[in-house]
Amino acid sequence: MTASAAEAAVMPEAVRPPAPLRGRRRARRDRAGYLFLLPWFIGMLFTIVPFFASLYLAFTDYDLLTPPEWIGLENFTAMFSDPALLQSLKVTFVYTFVSVPLSLAAALGVAMMLNRGIRGLPWYRAVFYLPSLLGASVAVVLLWRYVFGLDGIVNAFLGRFGVEAIAWTSDPDYALTTLIILHIWTFGSPMVIFLAGLRQIPVMYYEAAAVDGASRWRRFRSITLPLLSPIIFFNLIQSLIASFQTFTQGFVMNNGGGGPANSTLFYNLYLYQQGFNQFNMGYASAMAWTLLVIIAAFTALTFISAKYWVNYDN
Amino acid sequence: MSTTMQSPRQQAGREDDDALVERFGSSRRSRFSRHVILCAIGLFMMYPLMWLVSSSLKPNGLIFSDLSLWPAAWHPANYTEGWTALEYDFGVYFSNSLVIVVLSIIGNLFSCSLAAYGFARLDFTGRKLFFALMLGTMMLPGHVLLIPQYILFAKLGWLNTYYPLLVPNFLATNAFYIFLMVQFMRSLPTELDDAARIDGCGPFRTFWSIILPLCRPAFATTAIFTFISVWNEFFGPLLYLTDPELYTVPLALRQFVDSEGQSAWGPMFAMSVLSLAPIIGFFIAGQKYLVKGIATTGLK
Repeated sequence: MTASAAEAAVMPEAVRPPAPLRGRRRARRDRAGYLFLLPWFIGMLFTIVPFFASLYLAFTDYDLLTPPEWIGLENFTAMFSDPALLQSLKVTFVYTFVSVPLSLAAALGVAMMLNRGIRGLPWYRAVFYLPSLLGASVAVVLLWRYVFGLDGIVNAFLGRFGVEAIAWTSDPDYALTTLIILHIWTFGSPMVIFLAGLRQIPVMYYEAAAVDGASRWRRFRSITLPLLSPIIFFNLIQSLIASFQTFTQGFVMNNGGGGPANSTLFYNLYLYQQGFNQFNMGYASAMAWTLLVIIAAFTALTFISAKYWVNYDN
Repeated sequence: MSTTMQSPRQQAGREDDDALVERFGSSRRSRFSRHVILCAIGLFMMYPLMWLVSSSLKPNGLIFSDLSLWPAAWHPANYTEGWTALEYDFGVYFSNSLVIVVLSIIGNLFSCSLAAYGFARLDFTGRKLFFALMLGTMMLPGHVLLIPQYILFAKLGWLNTYYPLLVPNFLATNAFYIFLMVQFMRSLPTELDDAARIDGCGPFRTFWSIILPLCRPAFATTAIFTFISVWNEFFGPLLYLTDPELYTVPLALRQFVDSEGQSAWGPMFAMSVLSLAPIIGFFIAGQKYLVKGIATTGLK
């Protein structure tokens, strides 16, 4: 502040803005800003127009060939009596509400083990983080099919403990479990965020607590958790939103079908089938908006709950 | 790699940490057991990948019967067989993927840096509103836009071309990267801009000659994240590319199981290894930027 005031004092007369030109200068400044944002403005058109167009299409019957026909709420009422849709909701909910807490817990647990006084941190971090970059790739989902295949290494490993071979990928009771395990395998990216957050907690808090004789669990409950809660909150929102939109895993695992017996029919996979196999564009749009509302509701719930468990005053 | 790059300050920090751990009474033995647990978890996580590499080098008959990681018999021909196993050879798919990745990186760097400079360093009417809008699009699930965008691209005659995959990247539609760069540019001292203005630089000159060169770390992060996500991208190519000649590597890989061949495991695993290799390479080269990037924005 003072530095720029001093600079202003020694500024040559010509550079100082003459008062009457204010309006024109303002316009010129605006123009520069808008020029820099020009690509973004055009990009926003590609976002905002489709956003409202899909809302409109949700109330129509549209097959790409004939013009959209307004049918009111029919798409939405049809969803309630569509067993495949209800199944896809169930799959997505089970997947999200099992794999998100488990992977965040794994991320936090490992981050705490890595946090202080560990040698070889960069190596550990690399090993745990790498899978999260690969988890969404087709190669790894394919690999998963064979790792969990009937004569794959998982069954071979379990076999040593006397567990009978499980048909992980073709038994409807297990197919989703393999994908949940794949999700947990990618805990590395929330872990890196947790690690960064843990580093921010001042060491003296722990020292003070240790002096007061707080146990390890007590220090975790009363120092780590509250101070890390904004980051837990952030990771939770991110993971929820991403997990509701799972697609590739379900598609590749069972050749685009969501099988066996629709046990891996993720919501977005069913949306894709409706839109691009059956060309029910109206129905698919209604599905998209329903999922948007569901995601928004869960995000809002998390935000509301944040008042009770997220601590912002450090 | 990273151990040699540690600054003295970090090393001092680590000594503090060690001292701290000792003060908390965690003994050498408990530290040892921590290493054992971490190594076990790490091994567990790496095992499927190691098995993939080993299987890619085994003859087909041994893949599921010989479970040791060290192949009892070597069959490197999986790589040459896999390379030519599909309609086009994998050179075509790799160069397709490479073209899309390189252009996407250029597009993101170009458009996101412009937008980020506008948001971070310039003042104009409506800046706060637009910034909020930009943050809002970060949370917006992409599938809501999917169908109208598909219809739009179809009407433009862009199906079966790379335009639907590339053009959005030139239009700063990836708000995460804008946000990352905004965060970075805000950390640069504003005196730089003032000095440049006094020397007669307009906003474009300031952007080009002062800000851009300083943003190299943010650009590296953006480039690496773009590389990884576009290289892995499956949904977009699946939707827009139907001509096998245009297929990217992930689409091609999927054909191994799509076609008859539940039996060509060796070649399939060989091509899987090749498809993951660039990501692992970029990861090793750019780990520093990746870790910093996700720590500041929470990118995945």
